[in-house]
Amino acid sequence: MARMKFICDAERCIECNGCVTACKAEHDVPWGVNRRRVVTLNDGIPGEKSISVACMHCSDAPCMAVCPVDCFYHTDEGVVLHDKDVCIGCGYCSYACPFGAPQFPTNGTFGLRGKMDKCTFCAGGPEANGSEAEYEKYGRNRLAEGKLPACAEMCSTKALLGGDGDVVADIFRTRVLNRGKGSEVWGWGTAYGKPTQGAPAQPVPKEPTKS
Amino acid sequence: MKPLVFITVAVLASQLAACGEKVQTATPRKADQKVWQSNDPAYTAAGYKAGDAAAWDAQNRQRTQAQNEYNRTR
Repeated sequence: MARMKFICDAERCIECNGCVTACKAEHDVPWGVNRRRVVTLNDGIPGEKSISVACMHCSDAPCMAVCPVDCFYHTDEGVVLHDKDVCIGCGYCSYACPFGAPQFPTNGTFGLRGKMDKCTFCAGGPEANGSEAEYEKYGRNRLAEGKLPACAEMCSTKALLGGDGDVVADIFRTRVLNRGKGSEVWGWGTAYGKPTQGAPAQPVPKEPTKS
Repeated sequence: MKPLVFITVAVLASQLAACGEKVQTATPRKADQKVWQSNDPAYTAAGYKAGDAAAWDAQNRQRTQAQNEYNRTR
């Protein structure tokens, strides 16, 4: 069973914002809501780095842990989705998320905060796959169509990789070996855990006592 | 007489105010369909047969590998 993950290669991202545009167009995302965005560090300085950021579909998702109405769920493929019919728009997930993924559309005359909206890994929501209701609430369900997220599939430099975690990690590893640099994967450890996390604590060796 | 009518109308109006309240019962989260179950064949990828878990896995592997440009350049 595939375990879906995103990787953004900071060595390749050229800040073209094609992923952002693809996402907005694919899902008819309303004004003021950006499911994906490009962040540039040291903008304008030689050596600047850009990364494309959205929901990383964490293995141990903090949004899921803090939601008071339990509207989040993990699919079998590890995609973090939510039910907008249950969401109350409280915003707790927004504070918990390390990636700033949850977005809140402003509704009505007084700018009331609407129900949370975020990247779905192009996997829709709990409505029937490919239905009109699913499209209205969550956008296209490309995964059910046998496709991958639009942002990753149309990335011109292939900086953004999305798909089965083992495969995208292998693609990235091959790149790093070929170019000999840029092995840091931003957000990977935060979203999917580090190798040492979850391992039992190592016993501390006792210091030799002086006699 | 007028104050009595006014009070009666006010009491009736306050009692009817609750009729506009929406029910606030919690709704449980809906169960999602499996990813390989597609109801709209109009947009499925070419060569992919929806409704089969193994076909979806194979399609997913193929599409993910399509992001590896070394497959084309080396």
